[in-house]
Amino acid sequence: MSDRNVSLSSALKYKGQGPYLTYILHRIGGAMMAIFITTHVLATFTEMQGWQIGDVINDIYISPPFQIVFMFGVLFHLINGMRITILDLFPQQLIPYHRQAILIEWIIFILVYGFAVVTTITTAIGRMS
Amino acid sequence: MQTKARTLPLSKRGMSFETVMWLFTRLTALAMYGFIFIGIVGAFVMGAQNDMSFVEVLRWALMPNTGHVTYTNVPEISPYASMFWKSVASLFFLTAAGHGVHGVVVILDDYFAKPSQRKWIRFWNISIVAVIIPIGIYVIWMG
Repeated sequence: MSDRNVSLSSALKYKGQGPYLTYILHRIGGAMMAIFITTHVLATFTEMQGWQIGDVINDIYISPPFQIVFMFGVLFHLINGMRITILDLFPQQLIPYHRQAILIEWIIFILVYGFAVVTTITTAIGRMS
Repeated sequence: MQTKARTLPLSKRGMSFETVMWLFTRLTALAMYGFIFIGIVGAFVMGAQNDMSFVEVLRWALMPNTGHVTYTNVPEISPYASMFWKSVASLFFLTAAGHGVHGVVVILDDYFAKPSQRKWIRFWNISIVAVIIPIGIYVIWMG
């Protein structure tokens, strides 16, 4: 087992293109969800006990700006994970086409995420009126 | 550009702990897609198309807990608070916890290479999940 020998600045300059971008966004989305679920569960529990802090945290989580940012990580992790799972189920047939699969994934992601953002905003406006 | 697939059958790879966890990650992901699908179908069966927006259905499908319906226009939340949905939410939560704790350990292992660091990463991750699981189940069933 060796120490990591690539500096953070070198890692950030790495031009891995599409596959690397999906790899790193998958990790960011997964880490976001791990932190969110842990704190959301604790916030809801404390809210049930009548503590104000849980209420404040959950109010932030239900706010449209938070939802729009968080939805990016969740939906990307979900759709990218589906691509990984499908490619891993049929590696001989599908892995040679992994770049095409990434392109399809981005198209699906943009459509679903775009729709989610629009409905988040319209729902928030609708609730205000 | 097409690249040649580099695959190794399970018989040659052997069932090491890493292989088992690789399989576990894929299987839990598939199970969660199943739970999301059940959530979406269930929401529409209960009339979500009239009372919930797309993003609200998505939030419900990602965790079918009654707390995710209270902010919507659903007039009667009792169908969303049934034993069936609490059971689905509990199974979903347990699957996500298993998938997530392994995923976080895998990510952190790439940035912390010393055995002592990795030991603490495992200790803290497993400890946090051991605390969060009963609290999460309590929230699902008592919320």
